Amino acid sequence: MQHDEVIWQVIRHNHCSFMAKLTTGNFCRNPYNVTGICNRSSCPLANSRYATIRDHDGIFYLYMKTIERAHKPNDLWERVKLPRNYEKALEIIDKHLVYWPKFLVHKTKQRLTKMTQMRIRMRKLALKTREKIMTTPRKEKKRESRREEKAEKAAVLDKSIEKELLERLKKGVYGDIYNYPVKEYNKVLDMEGLQAASDEEEEMEPEIEYVEGYDELEEEEDMEDFGGPVIDESLKADGYGGMDEDDEDDEDMDTIHRKRRGLGSAKLEKDEMGRKLKKKARVLVEVEHEDTNERQKVVQ
Amino acid sequence: MGGKRKKSDEEPLAEEEQPQQKKRQVLPSLIKNKEKRSALHAKLKREKKLEKRKKTKARDAAEKRALELGEEPQPKKVPRTIENTREFDETVCKPDDEELFAANDDDEFSAILKRQRTPKILITTCRFNSSRGPAFISELLSVIPNAHYYKRGTYELKKIVDYAKKDDFTSLIVVHTNRREPDALLVIGLPDGPTAHFKLSKLVLRKDIKNHGNPTGHKPELVLTNFTTRLGHHIGRLIQSLFPQDPNFHGRRVVTFHNQRDFIFFRHHRYIFDTKESKPSDSKGKKMEGDKDDKISQERVVARLQECGPRFTLKLISLQHGTFDTKNGEFEWVHKPEMDTSRRRFFL
Repeated sequence: MQHDEVIWQVIRHNHCSFMAKLTTGNFCRNPYNVTGICNRSSCPLANSRYATIRDHDGIFYLYMKTIERAHKPNDLWERVKLPRNYEKALEIIDKHLVYWPKFLVHKTKQRLTKMTQMRIRMRKLALKTREKIMTTPRKEKKRESRREEKAEKAAVLDKSIEKELLERLKKGVYGDIYNYPVKEYNKVLDMEGLQAASDEEEEMEPEIEYVEGYDELEEEEDMEDFGGPVIDESLKADGYGGMDEDDEDDEDMDTIHRKRRGLGSAKLEKDEMGRKLKKKARVLVEVEHEDTNERQKVVQ
Repeated sequence: MGGKRKKSDEEPLAEEEQPQQKKRQVLPSLIKNKEKRSALHAKLKREKKLEKRKKTKARDAAEKRALELGEEPQPKKVPRTIENTREFDETVCKPDDEELFAANDDDEFSAILKRQRTPKILITTCRFNSSRGPAFISELLSVIPNAHYYKRGTYELKKIVDYAKKDDFTSLIVVHTNRREPDALLVIGLPDGPTAHFKLSKLVLRKDIKNHGNPTGHKPELVLTNFTTRLGHHIGRLIQSLFPQDPNFHGRRVVTFHNQRDFIFFRHHRYIFDTKESKPSDSKGKKMEGDKDDKISQERVVARLQECGPRFTLKLISLQHGTFDTKNGEFEWVHKPEMDTSRRRFFL
């Protein structure tokens, strides 16, 4: 026999595993509880006739329990699927709980309202993008930091930057800004003199660039060559052709154009041509060509 | 180990010596007494050190002798490094790769790199920005020319991308902060450029660097080193597209992105070239080949750097083909923990 009163006395005064005592009151963790509060009238265990609304995957179901099935715990709760429409769901509740105590009907309808509102809000939030927090295991973080430190030591950054800058200076990327490394020019001239013969044969200018410094991708000036090596070559050829005649006239020009450089951006060459016309200076022009015989003027 | 080797070397020796030698090669780890064990270990270490010193001396003496005699000294042995023993990667760019040029021509940066568009950068942050974030952003603004900062608000990132496209920006940088420290950088190329997600670490602001310099407003020079593979090359071009393609050499500013073992180190310097006088030494000085004069001191050209601006390291986490879209995006490369299993394998 079902003695609700006895059950309630036992549960409430001894121990109920679903009860959670918080500062604001006693709450019931039982999933079938309609209000969520631990009450004589809200306890699903202490009421043999009970109704509640539960949600599964966004669909609401009305659960009902009657005393006739109290001895069959497996079939205790009767489930009715509620439609998505709020008003229709209310009507269904009314229909099923028509002769039930007002308290239960009221509380069930309240619960339905609350749950529909929650469903709407959750759907809206899911549309918005929110930042998801991902965790990295500590082991990986430590490993990364260890490797980073070793990589930093292996990359002697200052030295490599200085080396790179010096190489660019030697190649003449800076043009005429730095005047004093005359010895460098001489040294390179001598080197070039030795290798001038082999240089002429090499047609694929950009290739040389890559071979030299591809592992260290030199950017800015070089990158233009990547885009259109053929175009640049033709440009250069034209530029050189134009300057050739000037060379014959003006003996004391500054810039050293080495085929090997191959970096000259159009702008840079223009600058140098402009400077040529303006300045009269000490070091000499040396223009090496593939097509014409090479002219070497080394006058100090 | 050492014992076995010695045995094989001296096999033809008399048999009586062998058991004695075996006794001498007792490993410290076999001794259970801690004091004796540590004493033996210290002794072995000392012996090893002495041997090494003897070897180095002998090597140096041999080299000196060879040079004096005019012969070629023995070529120096190259030490084994991780970079030397890197796993073979077939995506390493080769110098004469036609496919590479073609790919470069129609990738997303070719317009900027061919100077058809000037780079215009939009910098913003994640929703919550605090502590070092604003300082870092102000330093970034000084490093990258033509960069603008806008506050984040609560706009979605995709909307920000649309807004930037409308306003003709070429790239968008998002600085992400975690635990009051900037820890990730999202670089999005526009209009439909790739999205690179970097992890940021070891950030040192300008005020924390000793003897730092102050950057001027000249357009900086860019140095990108060690980007070897195709992926690295792509990232290199992405970084290049952030900076203007016509550096002002009078400004003497250089910005470096150096890749070492998949970590990209960022440095910002002002440089100057100096001639340094050095006495010629017999074997090792920087002797110029063409220089046959008898000056006592020779001049070398060195570059001196003064660090200015922030310093940080980046590590690539993922590279996505289109603009920012984590759900439906097509990822070109994603870092997975299982890629870290080999210490000799790098991807950039």
